[in-house]
Amino acid sequence: MDTFLQQIVNGVTLGSVYAIVALGYTMVYGIIQLINFAHGEVVMFGAMVAYSVIVALVGAGTTLPPLAILALATLTAIPVCMIVGYLLERVAYRPLRRAPRLAPLITAIGLSIVLQNVALIIWTRNPLPYPQVITTVPYHLTSHPDGATITNVQVAIIALSLAMMGGLLLLVYRTKLGIAMRAVAQNPQVAGLMGIDINRVISFTFTIGAALAAVAGVMDASYYGIAHYQMGFLLGLKAFSAAVLGGIGNIAGAMLGGMLMGIIEALGAGYVGELTNLCALSSWFDAIAQRCTNDAHLELFGSNYQDVFAFVVLILVLVFRPSGLLGERVSDRA
Amino acid sequence: MQVALPIGKARHPAVAWTGIVLVAVALAALPFVLAGIGTAWVRITNLAILYCFLALGLNIVVGFAGLLDLGYIAFYGVGAYTYALLASPHFGLHLPFWVILPIGALIACIFGVLLGAPTLKLRGDYLAIVTLGFGEIVRIFLNNLSRPFNLTNGAQGIVLIDPFRIDGYVFGKSHTLGSLVFSPPINYYYFLLIVLVAVIALNFRLQDSRVGRAWEAIREDEIAARAMGINTRNMKLLAFAMGASFGGIAGGMFSAMQAFISPESFVLVESIMVLSMVVLGGMGNVFGVIVGALLLSFVPEILRYTVGPVQQSLFGRTLIDPEVIRMLLFGLALVLMMLFRPAGILPSAVRKRELEAGVAPGGVRTS
Repeated sequence: MDTFLQQIVNGVTLGSVYAIVALGYTMVYGIIQLINFAHGEVVMFGAMVAYSVIVALVGAGTTLPPLAILALATLTAIPVCMIVGYLLERVAYRPLRRAPRLAPLITAIGLSIVLQNVALIIWTRNPLPYPQVITTVPYHLTSHPDGATITNVQVAIIALSLAMMGGLLLLVYRTKLGIAMRAVAQNPQVAGLMGIDINRVISFTFTIGAALAAVAGVMDASYYGIAHYQMGFLLGLKAFSAAVLGGIGNIAGAMLGGMLMGIIEALGAGYVGELTNLCALSSWFDAIAQRCTNDAHLELFGSNYQDVFAFVVLILVLVFRPSGLLGERVSDRA
Repeated sequence: MQVALPIGKARHPAVAWTGIVLVAVALAALPFVLAGIGTAWVRITNLAILYCFLALGLNIVVGFAGLLDLGYIAFYGVGAYTYALLASPHFGLHLPFWVILPIGALIACIFGVLLGAPTLKLRGDYLAIVTLGFGEIVRIFLNNLSRPFNLTNGAQGIVLIDPFRIDGYVFGKSHTLGSLVFSPPINYYYFLLIVLVAVIALNFRLQDSRVGRAWEAIREDEIAARAMGINTRNMKLLAFAMGASFGGIAGGMFSAMQAFISPESFVLVESIMVLSMVVLGGMGNVFGVIVGALLLSFVPEILRYTVGPVQQSLFGRTLIDPEVIRMLLFGLALVLMMLFRPAGILPSAVRKRELEAGVAPGGVRTS
């Protein structure tokens, strides 16, 4: 039972990061029905810029408290990512807004390659060990000494994610900009006639998504302790799958989808080995029984299949409920 | 032949035939000229021809039927592994290539249908993401299927794969004919060239066939196509299946040529590269796709041999890896092509109309 609790804790942590990245996909999709394929690369840029700031601060022998270092690094990464997000929209998507859907998708792939290689030139192709400025402290969740734990980093990630989600909801449902965003999402032409500057609203959406991505990048890299120029690709795909699971274009859906995706992945990786252990079939097949006498782990799939779960979920959702858990029917418009 | 190739429609058949003969002679002499520069260039040419196959196969799915497939390299991988498993010491099987290539095509075709069937209802960008996920799943499985039963030998890949062999003529060995030396790459060159000509002819026939026109109709407007009595489900599945079997055959040839394969050869970047070839050359245009494939195969190699030395002479050291520059140019080319010449270098007539009018089915919001 303890493994279960531990995997849930890990899953929720991972899920908060996915949810934050998924928000970026879903906001852009909600407003202009476009999959911002390069969003994962924005996350990567956030992590990398923050890395450089932390290394520079630590290298300069700063006496700042660890939290301040991280905050400073994140606050530097946010504007950089916002600029990247803004440029993405301005250069690659705006000129193609009326083009067939294939065109912006291909430019997005192109930009994603460009961003990755720019990062490769700046930060080399080696995985960068992320400086652990905050000492990880595990807290026991149960009275058992070997029981499930939650670390202070995990708590911080979950709390920060929830705070950002709350902030985003306030922005979308309580401010003038939020009203404008929802209006453009419903009908850009009419929104334009009502005096809303559509281009400005779309730019804002991209920059807000990019700011969230920057924070997500820092969270992901600090959690795993590693940053890499290709880290955004898989993270982006999983977050996109999460957005689809929740119902793309739906903000609450992205949050729910992200959390669920994190939990599915953690539980999947934790249990797939046990569930597919062929030794359970020992009584039926002699050959299996023979192999299991020496080693009771004849597992068909192990935790190295962790990355498969997101794609399997994505395919299942698109086949059985393309609108996602909380979405309207959208698959036909895609 | 005359019907298949547009050049056959020239007013003076004699001129056209002279042209064809000249091109044929040039292509036949090419490997020996290249071998003079370096055997590496013959290998590069062989890979370029393989990319032509892949691009033509993907063109069936993307160009003809309009289904954006970002996991195409998975079929190439399936074909390559089929060949490797059936003709290597890994399982101790050594079947002849003319038995394995059709098997590889069939298995890739089954994978194509497996991918196509659940995604039939999806369009455009959703389809792209799902196919991308499918490609990744195949790669992860190739990487991990070494336990508990060693099927693919994991990340180490499979070595000592048999070369092609036709009645005692082993492609993997050098043969001499008079003063000409037929080295292994040259042997494969001729084989690949013959298959390529056949594939090109097949593509032209396919494009003008009933099936090809049905694909075009689906690409332009699926609902209208269905209203005209086209079985859109079967036609889309057929596109996936045919594209996949092309990839499977290309994979088998790749396997034999390289004698070693690992999951590293079937990563997403390869899928994107093949897609770039199709997009760059001109979706739906057979010659355009070939131009795209040749361009994207040769330019990076030329860069590899020039960028390093140029940087050496300018800065005294290599600042940026040629591989990185290659990828940067790749990405930029994709973006710039879409912004300024969305129909490709040699656009197909229909595509050009569609992309330049700016109004395509599903491209403009109707709500």
